[in-house]
Amino acid sequence: MIRFLVRRIAVGILTLWFIVTAVFALYFLAPHDPARTIAGRAATQADIARINQEYGFDQPVLVQYGKYLERLIPLPGHFDLGTSNTDHLPVTTIIAEAVPIDISLAAGSAVLWMLLGISVGVLAARRPRSLWDRGATVFVLAGISMPTFILGLLLLYALYYLLTIHGIAIFPKPGSWTPFTQNPLGWAHDLILPWVTLALITAATYSRLTRSSLLEILGEDYIRTARAKGLSERRVVYRHGLRSALTPIVTQFGIDLATVLGGAIITETVFGLPGLGLTVVQAIQLENLPVVIGIVLVASFFVVAANIVVDALYAVLDPRVRVS
Amino acid sequence: MSLSTVEATASQVPEEPAVKGIEGRTPLQLVVARLRTDRVAIASIVVIVLIVVLAIAAPLIAGITGHNAYNANVDNGTDANGQPFPPGTSGYLLGTDNLGRDILVRIAYGARISLVVGVLATAIATVIGVVVGLIAGYFGGWVDNILARIMDVVLSFPYVLFAIVLVSVFGSSLPLTILVIAFFSFAAIGRIVRGQALSQREKEYVEAANSLGAGNIRVMFVDILPNLIAPVIVLATLLIPTAIVFESTLSFLGLGVVPPTPSWGNMLSDAEGVGFQAWWFYIFPMLFLLMTTLAFNLLGDAVRDALDPRAERIFAARRKTKAT
Repeated sequence: MIRFLVRRIAVGILTLWFIVTAVFALYFLAPHDPARTIAGRAATQADIARINQEYGFDQPVLVQYGKYLERLIPLPGHFDLGTSNTDHLPVTTIIAEAVPIDISLAAGSAVLWMLLGISVGVLAARRPRSLWDRGATVFVLAGISMPTFILGLLLLYALYYLLTIHGIAIFPKPGSWTPFTQNPLGWAHDLILPWVTLALITAATYSRLTRSSLLEILGEDYIRTARAKGLSERRVVYRHGLRSALTPIVTQFGIDLATVLGGAIITETVFGLPGLGLTVVQAIQLENLPVVIGIVLVASFFVVAANIVVDALYAVLDPRVRVS
Repeated sequence: MSLSTVEATASQVPEEPAVKGIEGRTPLQLVVARLRTDRVAIASIVVIVLIVVLAIAAPLIAGITGHNAYNANVDNGTDANGQPFPPGTSGYLLGTDNLGRDILVRIAYGARISLVVGVLATAIATVIGVVVGLIAGYFGGWVDNILARIMDVVLSFPYVLFAIVLVSVFGSSLPLTILVIAFFSFAAIGRIVRGQALSQREKEYVEAANSLGAGNIRVMFVDILPNLIAPVIVLATLLIPTAIVFESTLSFLGLGVVPPTPSWGNMLSDAEGVGFQAWWFYIFPMLFLLMTTLAFNLLGDAVRDALDPRAERIFAARRKTKAT
């Protein structure tokens, strides 16, 4: 188990290193003046000189690369993502302000998509080829074919705009955000449309996974044994079947959760939520590169960490993984 | 059919062979025969063909209506108050946008972008995925270790974010969009091909080919590849809608196709930019985008069923119910 974990963490660090190097190569070796790019459009000659010195662009590429990696060593007082060049705030501060929104977004939508996805999947698997199953197939295909921004725009149009111009202002206007600590009800109210958008899109994958995984398991011998010893169908499906079927779902869940934590770019853009996703899109439009790099690294870290956690969980849930 | 009736028909039509022997059907013939009984598949193919026709006919539609897809047309395309025409007025079948441009013409040109991106990105991703997967699976050992690791890294990238960064560094353009999508898609195919190649290379026919003096390249591409073609075709069909959604998302975020060139994504982005001014700004691009992705997804599922030898029972049952 220890060896397994160590190997997964090593691969995770390798992935992060790969991403860091790719970002470095993109931004620091791209065929344009990096100091000018980092300083933004309205940079003076002095700004550029300062940045050239700060980042060491006058030095050889490998030295620059070493310094770049060194700034990222996660020790207290050492870790530094630079400062934003629009408002001169440290990038770590900007990220710390945006992350609570992504945590809120992920928490609510994850609950919704797990509930919806797994129940639709179970419904379909219990009665394969029934009308329920066909309905589930339509739901899955619609969810997979539907681009996130279209669902978001449709929900905004129908539930916010049309209702509001007819005097039924139930749903908040895009851009509303209340911190959970301030007012939990207002928090949920402001997030309901983004939650539903993310949940509907994501649930489709879970329904498909649950259905295929549960169908396979319900055909196993031990399920027949469970039925033969007279257990109720409910107990057979949920205790014996769904439990084993959950393994691939856990894997998918970890990665999806991490992706949303690292910024649900499209949902945040459509609903004007200032999480990591919207922040990075705005930073790109302003060519605010320190912020872009910082958020890419944080988002990649979430995904890589989730992969490791998921692999570890997988090994706990399924002992066969540990052997290979 | 009893033998006597066969003889009877044979005597009536002497030019026909007396007893029709059992004809060997090639796998392709089998798949086509199965698809022809699948109403969903036929419907998806019809939709796809219609959209292809729309894309090809785009200049023709522009010529017939005399409306241009690119230039603002406020003088002719809007009413006296500068308001856009609703669908069906003044020769604008789907109405005009806020700049007075014909939405039908823009959708037709947008179809070109979507189809070109979908097909080209998928083709590039498939070729790279097949080559990388075959090499990894066939050679095994350290080659496999490195290539499989690279594919894992690509698959665990927060790819929307990374695509955005790439586009922001190099500037958005159609070829870059296609390459970015291909880059993030090849690993999905590569991983499947690798797994299949790993098992195929242990088969006797590979040993036979080797002992006849076939080189590695010949064994990989002439002997092994045809055995993997079924999963590759299914995955490629399902990659097309993913690529189309990816392109429209990038364009929606302002990082894909550059206006005034119309794409379904940037038409929706324009529509959002002017608020919910008119429903026809949204509904038509959405409808076409959804129809296209849904059709390709349905076709992909149908092709998968048709290519699966175990699915024969389903198709047999379908034929039976149809005959009665």
